[in-house]
Amino acid sequence: MKESIKINPEFIYHPGNPLPEIEGHVSCGRFERILKGGDFAVTTELAPPDSADRTEVFHRAAMFNDVVDAINATDGSGANCHMSSVVVCALLSHIGYSPILQISCRDKNRIAIQGDILGAAALGISNVLALTGDDVSSGDHPEAKRVFDLDSISLLTTIIKMREESSLLSGRKLKEPPRMFAGSTINPFVPPIKSRVLQLEKKIDAGAEFIQTQYCFDMPMLVDFMAKAVDKGLTERAFILPGVGTLASAKMAKWLRKNVPGVHIPDSIIKRLECANDQKKEGQKICTELMQKVKEIDGVSGVHVMAYGQEKYVAQMVKDSGVLGDRKPWAPMNRY
Amino acid sequence: MYKARLFASKHARGYEITYNFLSPIIIKTLKAIQVISKSRLDVPITWLEKQIKGFLFDCQMCGNCILSSTGMTCPMNCPKTLRNGPCGGVLNNGNCEVNPEMQCVWVNAWRGSRKMKNSIEIQQIQFAVNHEKRGSSAWISLAKE
Repeated sequence: MKESIKINPEFIYHPGNPLPEIEGHVSCGRFERILKGGDFAVTTELAPPDSADRTEVFHRAAMFNDVVDAINATDGSGANCHMSSVVVCALLSHIGYSPILQISCRDKNRIAIQGDILGAAALGISNVLALTGDDVSSGDHPEAKRVFDLDSISLLTTIIKMREESSLLSGRKLKEPPRMFAGSTINPFVPPIKSRVLQLEKKIDAGAEFIQTQYCFDMPMLVDFMAKAVDKGLTERAFILPGVGTLASAKMAKWLRKNVPGVHIPDSIIKRLECANDQKKEGQKICTELMQKVKEIDGVSGVHVMAYGQEKYVAQMVKDSGVLGDRKPWAPMNRY
Repeated sequence: MYKARLFASKHARGYEITYNFLSPIIIKTLKAIQVISKSRLDVPITWLEKQIKGFLFDCQMCGNCILSSTGMTCPMNCPKTLRNGPCGGVLNNGNCEVNPEMQCVWVNAWRGSRKMKNSIEIQQIQFAVNHEKRGSSAWISLAKE
């Protein structure tokens, strides 16, 4: 695996400018081009390893070759410590992938976050996702201090100020602004449900250009949410990528629902898993069907596939769903 | 006090009317006090604000008060101190993921804001807290403006 991924020298010599600039685009990244070009985008999540070995990152990314347009590198997801998301994104961008840098407000204050944004842009990372972050109490270091100096909307404001005004929050000018395509998340499936579309509007007002949602297993809820977003004209202002996931078994689904805050799984999905002969296969089938249904919804620009622990099935599920049509996303092996 | 805090969001409209009536009076009085006593009374005024707002809203004295924009609910009681809306981890019963015994601050804030005349205020983007103002009186800040 290590030998099969060759590094494109262009990305090393011009790390801050991996693709030629296009007018009307805020970044030089491929992900923004896919969305603005009107293609249905597929993104996924890479869980950074508990290891100091970079080849582990390449192994994990290679599983998504040919089926995804961008890869989110999670930032201490579930408040568990893993390799830093900036570093994972840097490793990926240097072989040409299009990573999305997740920044959680939980661990760093505004000084550290702005420093990371500058460094990330210098390393050729073109996409950033502003997150609140899971609370420290849910992770493996519950004794840690929670920071939350910024919240996701303040973080978006910060990113946009740095990019558009070429300055830090302090007002100090930057020689070169970080040209990053900025996004955020929304969870339309938990209370206060009626306010969620307003929360989406607020994030877009703050500068979010793309939105990835929490796991969607309840299609009617998503349809309702998207209809409201379309009514408010929000889908004209930002690209929305609903999140889908695969459930390994009914037992795991129940565990997720009970123990992971923010995950809403309707009883009908759990029943369907319980009735299946091969629950794992059924979980993948559900995910594939969800992708197809998501694509049918008005105002949707893509899908975000989260398959923690089941990453190796993502490629097959995306292919089975047919959501990409004839399109084959960029992957290092295609080119070299 | 938790119960008083819930009461405030339930009766946010009444609090809004009271606030709109009292706020200019308090500010004018404090302005006059500032002229007469300069900053000598800042400590007792800050103490008084802490007692009153602490009882009514569980005020954390962040010094960046936005109560009237957040459904008469102090966002600093959110364990993540979010000032622009709820996180994605709110439990199904509307309680907080970090402290499941407590109702989500933003569920309360949302409910409060719906009752207020100026309900659209909750959509204002609030930038992060200026920590230099922590512990200081928001009333005095307004009076000095």
